[in-house]
Amino acid sequence: MQNSTIKVTILQFPGTNCEYDTQHAFESLGAKTEILWHKAESIPSDTDLIVVAGGFSYGDYLRSGAIAKFSPVMKAVKTYADNGGKVLGICNGFQVLTETGLLPGALKRNDGLHFISKHHTLKVVNNDNIFLEKLNNGDVINIPIAHHDGNYFINEAGLKDLEANNQILLKYTDANGDVKNPNGSVESIAGVCNKEKNIFGLMPHPERAMEALLGSDDGVKMLQGFLSI
Amino acid sequence: MIKAIVNVSLKTGVLDSQGKAVHHALDSLHFNSVEDVRVGKQIILKLNTTDKEKAMKDVEQMCEDLLANTVIEDYEIELV
Repeated sequence: MQNSTIKVTILQFPGTNCEYDTQHAFESLGAKTEILWHKAESIPSDTDLIVVAGGFSYGDYLRSGAIAKFSPVMKAVKTYADNGGKVLGICNGFQVLTETGLLPGALKRNDGLHFISKHHTLKVVNNDNIFLEKLNNGDVINIPIAHHDGNYFINEAGLKDLEANNQILLKYTDANGDVKNPNGSVESIAGVCNKEKNIFGLMPHPERAMEALLGSDDGVKMLQGFLSI
Repeated sequence: MIKAIVNVSLKTGVLDSQGKAVHHALDSLHFNSVEDVRVGKQIILKLNTTDKEKAMKDVEQMCEDLLANTVIEDYEIELV
């Protein structure tokens, strides 16, 4: 399948607002895309990657991502992921995946209580997965963040598991790669994957870092990883 | 009719930033007697049953499935 056109299915809930940016980003890399409304009960059969896009599904009512997990499409996403299908959750999509239990941990209110919207540098922690394979461990990349509930929490036992299985993908750092934590996340974690390394979640927005002219094109290398599915 | 009052708050050991900010504000108002502040949320449910045991069981399930995220939150249920 190397170098063939992949098909990216992008989920849309009421309140999702990054689906078109995500579509634009993947199409600019040559992927086929489809936006799938949350009422769908099945995933299009030609799907190579599901993206749970960012935004404010259900107005973030109760907790970010809490209501979206009961949308019909999420059952299909679970089945898809259980069969080894690749799933990427960005920002609110990450929150939806933790709420659904597809990824470990939870995202709570930023420690400073403010919504944070700015470019932030991140360090690649583990690249032994399809998402970050085009990057090297230790690379520092510049990707925008935009969230109110991005404070990643996991208990000590869970953190040990993440570390033992190379499940920590990215950490918030300064430009030198030294930890700089914008929101209070445990170990400054910005993104994780599941043990099987087919489900990925991160708070930063790679789809907003596709053009150097607009501040950074470091998102290209991240999303490119999926093109080799 | 049974009313269920559900209180959801962050687990002990999970930093409650809102509680901390409120504590700080109370301090600056000179309410020096405050030792700790936890901010949670209250969800009030009206149930069309009179069976307290069933009501408790149902609401517990609601908390596990939706009302609380048990990774970070605890819940308490009171039936009135």
